[in-house]
Amino acid sequence: MPTPVLQVQHLVKRFGEFIAVNDISFDIGPGEILGLLGPNGAGKTTTIQMLLGVVTPTSGSIRMFDLDLATNREEILRQVNFCSTYVALPQALTVEENLWVIARLYGLSYIQEQIDDIVKRLEMEEFRYKVTRKLSSGQSTRLGLAKAFLTKPKILFLDEPTASLDPDIAQKIRSFLKEERRSSGLSVLYTSHNMHEMEEMTDRIIFLQRGKIVAEGTAQEIAARFGQVDLEEVFVKLAREK
Amino acid sequence: MTFDLMTFRLISMKFHRIYALVARHLYLYRRSLPRIMEIFYWPFLDLVIWGFITVYLAKFEGQIPGGVTFFIGALILWDILFRSQQGVTISFLEEIWARNLMNLFASPLKPSEFLAATMVMSVFKVLAVSVVMVVCAGLFYSYNIFVIGLWLIPFVLNLVMAGWIIGVLTTALIMRFGQEAEVLAWSMVFLFQPISCVFYPIEVLPGWLQAIAWMNPAAHVFEGMRAVLSTSVSPIVHLAWATGLNLVFLGIVVAVFHWMFEFCREQGLLVRVGE
Ligand SMILES: Nc1ncnc2c1ncn2[C@@H]1O[C@H](COP(=O)(O)OP(=O)(O)OP(=O)(O)O)[C@@H](O)[C@H]1O
Ligand SMILES: [Mg+2]
Repeated sequence: MPTPVLQVQHLVKRFGEFIAVNDISFDIGPGEILGLLGPNGAGKTTTIQMLLGVVTPTSGSIRMFDLDLATNREEILRQVNFCSTYVALPQALTVEENLWVIARLYGLSYIQEQIDDIVKRLEMEEFRYKVTRKLSSGQSTRLGLAKAFLTKPKILFLDEPTASLDPDIAQKIRSFLKEERRSSGLSVLYTSHNMHEMEEMTDRIIFLQRGKIVAEGTAQEIAARFGQVDLEEVFVKLAREK
Repeated sequence: MTFDLMTFRLISMKFHRIYALVARHLYLYRRSLPRIMEIFYWPFLDLVIWGFITVYLAKFEGQIPGGVTFFIGALILWDILFRSQQGVTISFLEEIWARNLMNLFASPLKPSEFLAATMVMSVFKVLAVSVVMVVCAGLFYSYNIFVIGLWLIPFVLNLVMAGWIIGVLTTALIMRFGQEAEVLAWSMVFLFQPISCVFYPIEVLPGWLQAIAWMNPAAHVFEGMRAVLSTSVSPIVHLAWATGLNLVFLGIVVAVFHWMFEFCREQGLLVRVGE
């Protein structure tokens, strides 16, 4: 078994009395897509924010590439990126300008070539000089992905990347992701409220509920374990349990 | 934070990341007329009003040491401090308004690099405003700020630094208390105006307030300026005090900023400011 690129151990996040993430441990192997599933408020976004170093864990450890995030922030963050439907890039800049700023921020070389390349692969030519504010939601999502892929991350955190997209574009984005994973061995942590997408995309799923891991395995394994036909049924069953 | 740790953080800053942030702001300004106007609006209005006051007061010339035109010079210098502070704070607010903090701080960017970029922006704003004010004062009121001479340079540098101090402090507070504290970006600096002794000498203040004012680097700058203009006394002592106090306070507010930053990361506020 190859060494994991990401290792999370006994991760806890409290906000005052409230426990948003309650002692979770998991890891992600190279080239693996791990799904993070759970009802609203389960702690998925909080977990990703801790992995990105923008929220400090109350306790537990986060290691990536065999380095501790708490002490190697710069080194690690250079090699990871994220995309979330709920975090946009500055609206007043053009697509090109936004990508350029990100490229500088992550210290890329051959910036223009890299931007040209990602713009082409995500079919963004027609709006690349547009102001971000004027993009449609499908176009902004593609920009979000371009931002994430531009820096050639080894681990990618995707927080509901396809929310609010029409099925056609969502499908395109999924194939893009799969292709990237095949060609570059990228590892992904993926959240979504679309169960079919989860089944299609992920190698393995972690089911979070009220900050705790309540199930883990492939979509089929989880469904089988709970005696349900698919993930959606499991989700509804688990979410309604009090 | 020990001094060693701080110097280490400073020298380990990466230029390309500071450059990225500065470029990001320049892109923003390049396309935004309201933002450009905002830089010049207040300084210009101030200059008009104080210009007329000076014209009026010129009738009593001779009774006010240093000449009444000192008011115009004082005004320009005050605006340097004010714009310097704004350059830092508004650059941070822009990131809040654009909800961009998550993008920035999930990248390898360090808080110190972030602050450095806001300071670069502040220098740009100060340059723009100074040029406009100096030219306008010259055209409208035949006022030449360069009568102050070479002393102007170190004093202006100190004013810029004093602006950074208030700017970084304000930024730390807005980060901590969220958007409700935004108004501080425009009001905080005026808390320091009375004890900066911009338009009057420090001895008009009551004794206890004088004691406080002497702790304010800006007060030393303005006292020093008056010394140069009215008595041609060397202001070296004022300059030394201003520089010393500035360095101490800048160190303190940068430490406060880092401390607030860590606090906000703990509370999950960093990704939430602006919501
Ligand atoms: N900064 C914060 N302060 C206090 N509570 C917080 C903070 N951030 C998140 N929480 C709480 O932590 C819990 C988990 O939130 P989180 O956003 O991680 O959920 P999620 O699984 O991403 O949900 P969703 O599916 O709705 O996106 C929620 O109850 C939320 O209110
Ligand atoms: Mg979420």
